[in-house]
Amino acid sequence: MDHSHGHQMDPGEAYSTSKLGMWLFLGTEIMLFGGLFAAYAIFRSKYPEMFLEQHRELNREMGAINTCILIFSSMTMAIGVTAIQRGKQKLTSIMLLITILCGFAFAGVKYVEYGAKFSHHIYPDTSIFFSLYFMLTGLHMLHVFIGIAILSTMLVLTMKGKFNQKYSTPVELGGLYWHLVDLIWIYLFPLLYLIG
Amino acid sequence: MANNTIAEHVYVPFLEEKKGILSWLTTTDHKKIGILYLVSVSFFFLIAGTIALLMRFELLTPEADFVSPHVYNVLFTLHGSIMVFFFIVPGLAASFGNFLIPLMIGAPDVAFPKLNIGSYWLYILGTIILLFALLKPADTGWTFYTPYSANTDTDVVLMTFGVFVLGFSSILTGLNFIVTIHKMRAPGMTWHRLPLFIWASYATAILQLLATPVVGITLLLLIAERTLGVGFFDPAKGGDPVLFQNFFWFYSHPAVYIMIIPAMGVISEIIPVFARKPIFGYKAIAYSSLGIAFISFLVWAHHMFTSGISEVAATIFSFLTFLVAIPTAIKVFNWTATLYKGSIQLQSPMLYALGFIFLFTIGGLTGLFLGALAADIHLHDTYFVVAHMHYVMIGGTVMGFFGALHFWYPKWFGKMFNETVAKVAWFLIFVGFNVTFFPQFFLGVEGMPRRYATYPQEFKSLMSLSTYGSWILGVGILIMTVNLIAALFNGEKAPQNPYGSLSLEWQVPSPPPHENFHEIPHVTDWTYGYGKKS
Repeated sequence: MDHSHGHQMDPGEAYSTSKLGMWLFLGTEIMLFGGLFAAYAIFRSKYPEMFLEQHRELNREMGAINTCILIFSSMTMAIGVTAIQRGKQKLTSIMLLITILCGFAFAGVKYVEYGAKFSHHIYPDTSIFFSLYFMLTGLHMLHVFIGIAILSTMLVLTMKGKFNQKYSTPVELGGLYWHLVDLIWIYLFPLLYLIG
Repeated sequence: MANNTIAEHVYVPFLEEKKGILSWLTTTDHKKIGILYLVSVSFFFLIAGTIALLMRFELLTPEADFVSPHVYNVLFTLHGSIMVFFFIVPGLAASFGNFLIPLMIGAPDVAFPKLNIGSYWLYILGTIILLFALLKPADTGWTFYTPYSANTDTDVVLMTFGVFVLGFSSILTGLNFIVTIHKMRAPGMTWHRLPLFIWASYATAILQLLATPVVGITLLLLIAERTLGVGFFDPAKGGDPVLFQNFFWFYSHPAVYIMIIPAMGVISEIIPVFARKPIFGYKAIAYSSLGIAFISFLVWAHHMFTSGISEVAATIFSFLTFLVAIPTAIKVFNWTATLYKGSIQLQSPMLYALGFIFLFTIGGLTGLFLGALAADIHLHDTYFVVAHMHYVMIGGTVMGFFGALHFWYPKWFGKMFNETVAKVAWFLIFVGFNVTFFPQFFLGVEGMPRRYATYPQEFKSLMSLSTYGSWILGVGILIMTVNLIAALFNGEKAPQNPYGSLSLEWQVPSPPPHENFHEIPHVTDWTYGYGKKS
């Protein structure tokens, strides 16, 4: 926030302003993924057999593990946000660290999955289904990495003592972003791995 | 600041607050960021306008004797892409939006000043990337239709990536404006007291926020199509090229309202001031902006009547398209009602506003021809579309842009331009524009397709007439540009409120001080109470 103009915004107002901005941004993210979800709906109705047959190639166990990892990380994230609102900087740091590690664990599982696909000569150009699979999970993966970068910044700033019960907006905004990443995966998992 | 309170109240115009190139590049002052946008978009407008003059020059004769057909393809791709992505989408919304929104609502700045300058740098970055790709050169037109864009040898990946970055800039600007309008209004500035330009900016920002991400993903998919071999748009792989058009127009139709709604906002500001009457139908105009924004999401397939969509879909989209005429006509009728029995002063901003009403109405009504299924089958991809599109975009948006330039110029730069020269320029622009584009309606009806460097002998007289018109238009814009630039150096000092507006931005000195208002104003009435004894 720029305070050079002399008219300082009151902290409560600044908080709700930042939060509104973040929610609007999350809305644009939904629209971004929305385009891909629309493509999914269109092609699924066009080629139901292809989706039925090829989704079996995906590794449900790994998908389920990743779902658990992300849901767990959303919990640690939420604990971290509540902790900083109560001024518990150390607990917040630990929770942020766990959340970040979950992000890396998710990426690791995804790496193994992608590797298995490539070794079976399954690539984005194999079929429409795998085009969708790689585009959806790839774009999601990109968001996981952005989330990790944001939360790492928050971790460093928390450890430097920048946040306390009076000012914790960036941690909360980072948390909102992380929940969105989690939420999108919760839709991706059944749509790609489970629906038969 | 610690010295005393008196020092704070010395008036320093924002232009003189800090000096040097670096202070401009790193500024977070919405007024300076507005100028950065204004200079950038105007520069690209002049470049793309010059390219248009070259195209018209080629069309003076039926043969391709000035440039080859391939060069002509490159030229219209350049003209379209630069005009759309560098000028008209960011145009009014980012330049005047930045300058006016905080001033009009009584705020010291936008909600996120750093994000604001960040958006500008994203705009410049996207511009550089896209320009680089365009000059390689590119030949897809500004719409990147598959399958051609998936197969051409030109650098579509770089081009679409540039547009993607520009889209990001647009999203962040829209986000900033929405939050600003929600959170930064001065005490007493209720929603129904907001100037109509603010309502228009708000509707525009919603479109930027909701539609732009969809073109973002579309362009990412096109990039994936070319680099990873993804087949969403490739029939050989089970994809569908028409899907690209659906995605593309889902953004790009709302985008034409991103281009026009701010101009409508400008007209709503100019007309009451120069008619000395309260705006007629305030709420109707305000909500019709939101109405247009909403309906704009439901009409995209009217660009695709000849692309092989089903008859049922085409019929539905045709009817939905007619719906747009309702909120648009609400605006036009309310502006006209505002003029009725007003004390009209024909100064240059008002001339542009009247030009807008006249030309935009022609553009809007010819849009209905294209929205009608049977007529569209005949008129699709002809010069009729070119004429309609330019009546809306030049007759509408550019008239609004020029009107805004003349109206807020004294406020923004603290100088008065030569009014007589401004009127002469307006006359040449108005006449030149009509001579250029009106014949194109006839060309289209007679079946002349767009995007060709050559044409049959029988179209020579109308085509040449159109080219002569483009010269008049070009001279008019040149005179206007010189007039406005000259005024920066030798214009008279502008008074605080030369046009007698009641809006908040005119109640501070010209140019406004860095912090806009010494004290945040308390608003007690709407801004359109003209003609009452005070």
